[in-house]
Amino acid sequence: MPEARVIQLRPDDDEPFVPVPSPPGWEEQLAGGLQFLERRLTGEYDTDEFGFDPDLADHVLLPVLRPFFQKWFRVETFGLENVPADSGALVVANHSGTLPIDALMTTVALHDEHPASRRFRLLGADLVFEIPVVGAMARKLGATLACNEDAERLLTEGELVGVFPEGFKGIGKPFRERYTLQRFGRGGFVSAALRTGAPIIPCAIVGAEEIYPMIGNAKAAARLLGVPYFPVTPTFPLLGPLGLVPLPSKWLIAFGEPIETASYGPAAAEDPMLVFNLTDQVRETIQHSLYQLLLRRKSVFG
Amino acid sequence: MPPAVVLVTGVSRWLGGALAAELAADPAIERVIGVDTVPPSPAMLRRLGRTEFVRADIRNPLIGKVIAAASVDTVVHMNISSTPAGSGGRAPMKELNVIGTMQLLAACQRAPSVRRLVLKSTSAVYGASSRDPAVFTENMQARQVPSGGFAKDSVDIEGYVRSFARRRPDVDIAVLRFTNFIGPRIDSLLTGFLRMPLVPTALGYDARVQLLHEDDALGVLTRATTGDFTGTVNVGGEGTLLLSQVIRRLGHLELPLPYPALGSVGRLSRRFGFVDYSPEQMRFLNFGRVVDTARLRSEFGFTPRYTTAAALADYARTVAPVVDPSTVRSVTGGLRSLVGAVGDAAGAVERRLRPVPPPPGLRAVRDA
Repeated sequence: MPEARVIQLRPDDDEPFVPVPSPPGWEEQLAGGLQFLERRLTGEYDTDEFGFDPDLADHVLLPVLRPFFQKWFRVETFGLENVPADSGALVVANHSGTLPIDALMTTVALHDEHPASRRFRLLGADLVFEIPVVGAMARKLGATLACNEDAERLLTEGELVGVFPEGFKGIGKPFRERYTLQRFGRGGFVSAALRTGAPIIPCAIVGAEEIYPMIGNAKAAARLLGVPYFPVTPTFPLLGPLGLVPLPSKWLIAFGEPIETASYGPAAAEDPMLVFNLTDQVRETIQHSLYQLLLRRKSVFG
Repeated sequence: MPPAVVLVTGVSRWLGGALAAELAADPAIERVIGVDTVPPSPAMLRRLGRTEFVRADIRNPLIGKVIAAASVDTVVHMNISSTPAGSGGRAPMKELNVIGTMQLLAACQRAPSVRRLVLKSTSAVYGASSRDPAVFTENMQARQVPSGGFAKDSVDIEGYVRSFARRRPDVDIAVLRFTNFIGPRIDSLLTGFLRMPLVPTALGYDARVQLLHEDDALGVLTRATTGDFTGTVNVGGEGTLLLSQVIRRLGHLELPLPYPALGSVGRLSRRFGFVDYSPEQMRFLNFGRVVDTARLRSEFGFTPRYTTAAALADYARTVAPVVDPSTVRSVTGGLRSLVGAVGDAAGAVERRLRPVPPPPGLRAVRDA
């Protein structure tokens, strides 16, 4: 007897049977790893003019950061719908945490959680690119020097650019000043957005302040090493390299509503009053959103 | 209007000779005069065709007589040395570059027949540092003025050419800022450097490299000589590669050395006459340099045939790899198929032990 067949009366009713896709087996992962190794050994991968190496970022740098994002800091993201899927935008965020881990976590957030898997092109201080290994890795992860030329070039190409206008003042501030925004530079980021007509997306990051609570600043050591600050935390330099393990604080990252700049026109970048006003507006928005996120977070390590 | 009499300096080097040969092949050009301190090689001489060779030192006022006697109307200045080894040390190199250019410009200023000057400059004038924007346009200047060597000479030379332009506003001037040359025939800084099987690089730095194929360099120079472009233009291939990537694509090995050690290795290798690289070239190896070539494509009207990657691939044909990329590919390919076979076998065993439940073939039909 031939097998009985289903005659669908109302085909929309039933979900067709789809076998559950099995996660890639070990042999597929190993084969993928071998392919990656082959590409790396023969140099057959693409890098861009800023030194961004998507192959390395996807297969090495992001996988290294992902456990920190998911397990260690348990990052929650809000407002990803405010980040455009395919056009240029300038994400402006608060900076904290002694080491720029917040920049790395935001990179993972935008790549893993945004539906369009956006690449986050960070703008870093020149000091970053002077340090061996760190500078090279930063470029490979997609960062470039924080200057108007690079920012405008990236925004014109439709990239998602990230900037931390507080700079060293924000990342190297003492723990008692946590979640108070520092001065926002000279507003260079606003003029870059105005010149390219890219929207500004204020971004508030809660959690980074607690990873390395900076209770002191060894200024003499900082001067000796030629860095803007030398952090003293409860565990560093007391416990040596162990002090480099960040505290597992709970992180929240919120992307606010875009502030559009296209209607002002590129000439508005030459109007200092407007630039200052927009800078202030972005700063106020981020500060406000920081307070809201802090209320939302149950406890520092919760 | 094509030039009638062209004077090319530095004609004994590959690029200068190739340009002179290209111009000599153009029947619209009446005379091509090649100048150099050393005579061209016999092979080069055959290529030069009807080019008249004048063995003269541009540092010598004699060059003025050559320009006046032949009533040269277009001068292509490419006798700028990038390495001390080629000209017998740093002091003669600087003398040739800077004093030579001054003499040549002085002679041009005196000659009323000159109406066009093409300068083969370099993107090294932008410097290389961690404070630089990623991509230089023609309007940018070096954040840190190069402190010495070829880059400093080039900055000085461009300065002299600018003041020449002020004194002779009737002369059209084209300044071509070339990125690093590469190709099977050209002898450039990078071709020598990359020929080493073990390439020393700065530990912890990876420079962005933009290359220009020799054929494209020749094309741009020819167009600049016979065309009417005036101004400054960056010349480079499309796209960039990282230095580590370049070395891997050539199948060579990278030898990352701490920055201070690199200097002594450089001095050592210079002493033994392998490759010489100055501090400013080492800065280039740390940070690299990329230029914007939009003006080259739009205003100058030339699109390089080779991208950076294609130019490197063409050069790679002439370089014996240490680690052959095809060997790497076959080894990893072999390993991949081995892994696949082991995986299939393991899968078969697993299916035997734990059969997958078959997909439901029969489903209940709901009541209509």
